Amino acid sequence: MSAETRREIGIIAGRSVRRTLRQPALIVPSIVFPLILLAVSSSGLAAATQLPGFPADSYLDFALTVSFVQGALFAAITAGSELATDIESGFLDRLQLTPLRPIAVLIGQLAGAAVLSLGASVVYVGVGVVAGANIKTGLGGVAVLLLLSLLVGIAYAGLGTVMAARTGNSQAVQGLFPLLFVTLFMSSANIPRSLMSVDWFKTIATYNPVSYLVEGMRSLIITGWDATALGKGFAFALVIGALSFLAASRSLRTRMERT
Amino acid sequence: MSCDNGIRAEGLVRQFKGGIRAVDGIDLEVSPGEIYGFLGPNGAGKSTTVHMLTTLLPPTAGRATVAGFDVATEGPEVRKRIGAALQEAALDTYLTGREHFDLQGGLHGLPRAERRLRAEELLARVGLTEAADRKVGGYSGGMKRRLDLALALVHRPATLFLDEPTTGLDPQSRTALWEEVGRLASEDGVTVFLTTQYLEEADVLADRIAIIDRGRIAAEGTPADLKAEIGRPSVEVVPADPGQADGIRDALSRFGDPAAASPKAVAVRLDGGVDELAAVVRALDGENLLYADLRVHAPSLDDVFLAKTGRSLEGAGAAVEAEPELAAT
Repeated sequence: MSAETRREIGIIAGRSVRRTLRQPALIVPSIVFPLILLAVSSSGLAAATQLPGFPADSYLDFALTVSFVQGALFAAITAGSELATDIESGFLDRLQLTPLRPIAVLIGQLAGAAVLSLGASVVYVGVGVVAGANIKTGLGGVAVLLLLSLLVGIAYAGLGTVMAARTGNSQAVQGLFPLLFVTLFMSSANIPRSLMSVDWFKTIATYNPVSYLVEGMRSLIITGWDATALGKGFAFALVIGALSFLAASRSLRTRMERT
Repeated sequence: MSCDNGIRAEGLVRQFKGGIRAVDGIDLEVSPGEIYGFLGPNGAGKSTTVHMLTTLLPPTAGRATVAGFDVATEGPEVRKRIGAALQEAALDTYLTGREHFDLQGGLHGLPRAERRLRAEELLARVGLTEAADRKVGGYSGGMKRRLDLALALVHRPATLFLDEPTTGLDPQSRTALWEEVGRLASEDGVTVFLTTQYLEEADVLADRIAIIDRGRIAAEGTPADLKAEIGRPSVEVVPADPGQADGIRDALSRFGDPAAASPKAVAVRLDGGVDELAAVVRALDGENLLYADLRVHAPSLDDVFLAKTGRSLEGAGAAVEAEPELAAT
């Protein structure tokens, strides 16, 4: 990557982060909504810990990681909406009249979503610990958890930018949220796969990459250092991230076609 | 290419999906330091032309050069040399005016210190120094347009494209922007390509005008030449008694062909020019035709538009199919 490209990424990333931090309407829901769901599920589903074979003593410990994936969904919508807004308003045309490269727009745009995702993850961990969550891997595990959640956030943000670059429409990007939410619902987010009694649901959850993202993060909280779960978590995050990045890069190059 | 900072287009065409030719074979040449007005109603092809000349849209056919570089094959060289304020000042409402300069200047490769100096200079030039650290979301329409213009100048372009720069502005803001554009051309030697649907704007600002209608240039020349081409002034009479309108029309018809008139008025283009005014008054008095108002109109650009396209520019946009979405290419 050339020095020019790095400089351009820095400029676009600076704008993206600044914009994100100046929009409480973006920040607050992405933090509050997952925490509300966490509070509801950890009190309402507490009895699930009594099931034979349930892997945690506390449902809060079990469900805490779901907040991280929900935060990543918000990162997807944030990154996508921000890019779509730039397309709709003509701001992308302004950028295109400079020597700016499309790859710098993509990486820079993801920076805002990454900051949002990381900031929200720090809050989830903090609130979780204050509420009594016990993270078995300790401080080192928290660091790995934040890293993995950041990767997941960036991977999902890539999906948002694909939708934005292809449609140029912020409403279409918003429409992605329920779709992504279903993928979370159809995973092992709320119950371990080993305890799923409905076959079709278990099959879907087994083939659903979101299950492995959740299980990788969850292992740090309820299991300890589990190389297999962590490896799968990181691998799926990297694969989803790479695919969404490639697709977003391609879509944005088409969108930013100039002579 | 002869004109270093100029613009030249030969047979420029842009066809969109569905076969719509938004720009249908445009030839033009703009000299360095000239303000060139591109006048036409909504949907005439003005913005599509600007998008092609600024490299944002490849032409379907034809050729154009800006500052000596081909817009289709030498896009990066063109972009280095042009500034553009496109329709609807596209600004980031969450950034301040000064932050916009930092962003735009940085992307054009200006070092930080130069960006700061340039921002101060341009903010002062467009009267936004006091508002520089406020978020753009709180700016008025006129302030946004002025900031947009200043941002287009941050890298000292030799050629400036302004796409309907005063649409939606109040008269005071419009005049302020006109003065600034005029200074840019006269003092800094910047070539300005200005699209507008306002007759007065083209008349006041442009050294030369092209009238574009349905993707084609219908007429081109200085405002004075174009008006002189139409030549004759018109006389407009408002009857004191609406019942006498037909009588007045008959009386006036002896002096020339009917011309566009305001409601309740009758107008003809005077075959003998303004010298016939006294005869017109005598004819009306002689037939006891009373009038509430009688005015002579010098030929306007609207008259030119009417003569060249068969329609008046005022409201012509409504009759024209909207310019296709530029993204739908």
